[in-house]
Order: sequence, then C-alpha cells, then structure tokens
Amino acid sequence: MAAPKIDRSFTPIEHSEENILEVNALKKYFPIQDGILKHTVGYVKAVDGVTFNIKRGTTMGLVGESGCGKTTTGRTILRLTDGKTSGQVLFNGQEIYDLSAKEIRALRPKMQIIFQDPYSSLSPRMPVSEIIGEAVREHGIVPKEEFDDYIEGIMSDCGLMSYHKDRYPHEFSGGQRQRICIARALALNPDFIVCDEPVSALDVSIQAQIINLLQDLQEKHNLTYLFISHDLSVVKHISDTIGVMYLGNLVEYGSRDDIFDSPAHPYTEALLSAIPVPDPIVKTNRIVLEGSIPSPANPPEGCKFHTRCAKCMDKCKTEIPVQKEISPGHFVCCHLYDE
Amino acid sequence: MADKKDLSYLSAKESRRITKENRKITKEYEKQISRKDVPESEYLTKMHNDKNILEIDNLHTYFFTDQGVVRSVDGVSFDVPRGATIGVVGESGCGKSVTSLSVMRLLQRPIGQIVDGEIRFKVDDDKAYDIAKMPIAEMQHIRGKKISMIFQEPMTTLNPVFKIGRQLDEVFELHDKETKAEDRRAKSIELLEMVGIANAEGVYDMYPHELSGGMRQRVVIAMALACQPKLIIADEPTTALDVTIQAQILDIFRQLKEKINSSIMLITHDLGVIAEMADFVVVMYAGRIVEKGTLEDIFLHPAHPYTIGLMDSKPSVNKDVDRLYSIPGKVPNPINMPDYCYFRDRCEKCLDKCDGEYPPLIKISDTHYVACYRSEDKEVKE
Repeated sequence: MAAPKIDRSFTPIEHSEENILEVNALKKYFPIQDGILKHTVGYVKAVDGVTFNIKRGTTMGLVGESGCGKTTTGRTILRLTDGKTSGQVLFNGQEIYDLSAKEIRALRPKMQIIFQDPYSSLSPRMPVSEIIGEAVREHGIVPKEEFDDYIEGIMSDCGLMSYHKDRYPHEFSGGQRQRICIARALALNPDFIVCDEPVSALDVSIQAQIINLLQDLQEKHNLTYLFISHDLSVVKHISDTIGVMYLGNLVEYGSRDDIFDSPAHPYTEALLSAIPVPDPIVKTNRIVLEGSIPSPANPPEGCKFHTRCAKCMDKCKTEIPVQKEISPGHFVCCHLYDE
Repeated sequence: MADKKDLSYLSAKESRRITKENRKITKEYEKQISRKDVPESEYLTKMHNDKNILEIDNLHTYFFTDQGVVRSVDGVSFDVPRGATIGVVGESGCGKSVTSLSVMRLLQRPIGQIVDGEIRFKVDDDKAYDIAKMPIAEMQHIRGKKISMIFQEPMTTLNPVFKIGRQLDEVFELHDKETKAEDRRAKSIELLEMVGIANAEGVYDMYPHELSGGMRQRVVIAMALACQPKLIIADEPTTALDVTIQAQILDIFRQLKEKINSSIMLITHDLGVIAEMADFVVVMYAGRIVEKGTLEDIFLHPAHPYTIGLMDSKPSVNKDVDRLYSIPGKVPNPINMPDYCYFRDRCEKCLDKCDGEYPPLIKISDTHYVACYRSEDKEVKE
C-alpha cells in the first residue's frame, strides 16, 4: 500500500527586516508505520500549515488544547525534529532547514528553548555551573579566564546565588530548577527563546516569580519569546501577539487585544469562555464545547473544527478555510468571514 | 549559610535513632487501628451542628519520616454543611491532600498517622461516627458508599487491565451484594449516561486506554457517584485536563450536586475553579488554616496577607497588570517549623506581635475567620 500523497505546495514569502522569525505554511507530519516492512500507511498531521511571524523584542503566545501541535511547532521552528514536511522557517531571513550541520550549530546559540518540566530537563549528574556552562564553553561565548565570572553573572541575573554553583539539581526546588533552565538558555546570549510551558509545572506563587523573571530578562537583553502554554491567563499577561492552535492549524492569530476583546473564531470564543475567572461576581456566559479533540491522524474533512462548532455551515464540512486578514494584523481561518 | 546547612544535615546515627523512635510510636498507632471487633460505641459520636455532614475538628496528621516528624496537618478545623461545596486552596505541600486522605483514612501507613483530633461524619440521619477513631476494617463500609473520592490523575485511578464496565460493576458488587449482574450492568450504563458519556454502552466494554483524559475523568466521577455518597472529595479533579474539558467537568459537577444533593469537598490550587464552584473556602498554608469563610468573604474581603498575595500572583483574564505580585521567600522546612507565624518570614505587613506565638483563628464576622494579628481589631466577640 502506497503512502498517502502529501501536498507540499506553498507560496514563498519575502523576509521583512522587523521580523526575527517568519513561519510560512509550515507542516510537520509524523509517519504511521504498519506491517513487518514498516510501510507508511498514513500521517499524524501534528503541524498542518502554520503561518505567523514574530517581531523583534516581542512575545508571541501560542495556546491550544493538549495534542494540538503547539510543542511540535516550537520544536520544528528550532530544527529539533528531523526535518520539516514542507513550508518555510526563516530566522533573520535565513531558511534554517537549508543550513548545513556546521552552520546550524553556529546558529544554535541564537535560538534557545526552555522546557516544561524542570525535573526531567536537567542532568542529575551535573553541578549547576556545568549545566549552565557546558554550552558556553562549547560555543566559545567568553574567553576562558572570564568564564567563572560570566556564569556567576548569568546566575545572579536569574536570581540564583553564587554558592549554588557546585550544587546538583536535586538540591533545588521546582522554581529554582526552572531558574537554572532559564540561566542555561540565557548563557548563550540568545536572541530568540522558545518557552515551552515554562510555568505549568509550578505553584501559583512561584509561577509569578518566573513570569516576572522572564519579563525582566526580556527587557534587559531585548529577547524575543515564543511562549507556548495552555493557560490563557498567563499567555494574556505575557504576550504581545497570540496564536490559537487547533489540531495542527493556527485558527486565529492577532494582537493580544484582538484575541481577547474581539475573538473572531468560534473556537477562540469557546476557549476564552472556558477560563474560570477568580472573581465570584463575574459570571461568564460559557460556551461548552461538546466532545473532545479529534485524532490528528484522521482529522475531519473540511474545517477541522466543524465537528464541535456551534456555528457550523454546510460549507465547513467540505471546504478547508484559508487564513484571512479581517483587520490589520488579525488573521482568522474560518468560513464565517468569507467574501 | 552555615546555619542552613546544619539544619538539613543529619548524621546516619541520628537518622537511625529517629527511625527507631518512629517505629515505636507508629507501632502503637497501628495496634490501635488494626484491632478487631471494636464495639460501635467506641467511635459513635454526635455532630455539633446537625446541618453539617462532616466536621473536622482540630485534626493533626503527622508523618513519621526518617528525617523527623512532618506535621502535614496541624490543627485543622472546618465544617462541611449538607449540600454545600467547600473549596480547599493552597500550594503544593500545604496539607490539603493529606486532610482529604485523613478523612478517607487512606494515609500511607505506617508512617502517616492521625495523631489527634476528631473527624465527625454523619452516617445516617441519627448516627454519626468519628472517623479518626474507627478501626481501618470498618472504613470499608464508608469508603465508596458514604464518602467517595475523585483523584487528580484519571489514568492512574483506573485499572488499565480491566474494562470500564467491570470496574464500575465492582462498586455495586462490594456495597450492594444483593444486586444481580444484569441489574448492575444497567445501573453502570445509566451512571455513564449521567456523566455525559454519549456512547455509554460502547464505553462499558472499553479499556481505560481507549478513552481520552476527559472521558476517563467522567468514568472516575461516575464511579464516585455509584452509591450516591453523602460526601464527594474531589482532589484536583480538573488539574490534568484542558480548559475546555475542565469546563465540561465542572458543569457535570454542578448538575450532579443538584441531582443527588451531596456535599463536595473540592481541593484545588486554582482560584478560578474555586470562585466558580465553592460556597465556602478554606485557605491552607504549611499545614494550618490561615483563613476560612464564605466565597464572598474570601474573594471580596480577603484578610490574610497570604490569601491576598495568592490572588495577586495569579494572572487573570479580567484584569491587566504590568507586573505580577510575587510572594517573596518560600515555605518553611516542614520538619523544623518556626514557633512564630509560619508566614512571617514572607509577609510584608508583619507587626511586632508577629514574633510571638502562632496567631489563633480570629473571628472577624459570623462566617469569616483569619489567623493573623493584623485582623485583631476587627474581632467579633461572641
């Protein structure tokens, strides 16, 4: 049985100087293999045509339910997966999948990632100074004689004490471990950091500390963040622009106020209304979505959201909606805004 | 710095001594718990207020670990009125889960023991038991039938090797021995329909891995409701779920509460969920209650600095702030608790008096209690 055809066509985009990252029609499929000969019988369409760009020094939030492809998007952008399926990823105007192994290695310090779980993303056998300093030494960020001072400087930036240097990860609490992860990313002097649910595993009061730290560092080092989270209130607090993902598609994308004050896509509306508000007086008019997210290996025909959409039309069941700009900088993928 | 190290350092000799001592203590408790043929009169008690379904009174639950005694729950008292929802909030390690496990008597034995206090539970209209004094074997008739519990992780709660139907039927089998197999099946399917599972008959014959997280949590809720318990303890029931699924589950809770008129003890760290669900709120910090009151008391007139800090540190969709408030410092070491207010070292509003002993719960209105010296002038005398 032959593998299903993949549509790899897309229209290339032009690089604009104000954007640090431009993602165009990015697709990442994972093959499903079956039989003794491991034939490819289908694909899990984890990321299925995502288009957005991030301006220098801003934060873009990426929200969605679990399994919608947020993390895969983050990883594919950093070339941490083995190749993209199609589309473009331009970092400072440079297609990162065209670079050779040597060139991508030189670019790595400029783009870093902070992972969700600070318990499993630190090597338990390395002291903190080594965790932070290993890549600094590898990439030759600072001369040897300045190395110690540099690490201490980074640590104090991230709220760690210099006597923490020789300790091991198990001696730290969750919040402090996340600080180590941030220090590790920051030590390479990056321009762009993907934060993959950096506060989801932390307590409320620790969350606030880490969010404040990320904001302070952004100001100080002029960083650009892609902030992936399922917690909409955190995303609202930290982001300038927000993208809402559903089953591998970016259904809506715009500035923070666009998304929160005038959500256009029915899914965004439902998602926003589902957030519990910590105020007993505010009563939200909740739109409860029926059922759960369909499998990305076998997504519905037409608009992927039509099975759960309250405003579903006949057209939605057959035709895939395309991204439209409904107001400057506010994009939506929905047939409600056709014509 | 040197002082800090000394506190956490424990020599092997010292550790052995503690272990030996603990074993002696826990052995006594274990003996007490596992006695057979205990007369009912020993744990029969009276409710202080007939409107309550559960009264936790000065509960102390300690863990006798090899590093020392951890006072996980240290003098917690609150009531659960019939048909009401109590929200228990606090950060991880504050003792909220241990409180609920104490009520269910599911503490990790032998190191976890209820050391002192009463848990009065109204079993029938005219009968009340003190759960803290009940022998463990007797608890079997209470657990699942009168009080049931919903855990955080629906995947670990369900047994992966049995079909959903088998696991649901088991509840009836244990608590209602007379029912026939086909009746049980019908009842289980009815339950699955009640919690909003569309394809109930199909799900009855499925294994847990075939269901999504939200569906699994529905099954767990169905299981908890099987015997129409008087009290449902929900320990972070929606934390592992997505917001849209969380909204569905909370809706189910709300509908079911009306249908079977049971009380819910909702344990969570999400203030948003509490604001939506609870009638009364208990805020815990380091094993003690720092503030309790009605939903309005806590959210509109928070009095304890910790409650205020907790609310300010959570970003919210209905307000905009440039910078989040973050509570400085961290929770004190549970083995070496200070003898003053546990929150003093993190508190930005402390008074001279805060250096003294731990503040008592001060009544500042008919329903609102707070453990903070700053509210002393607002005290209402009885």
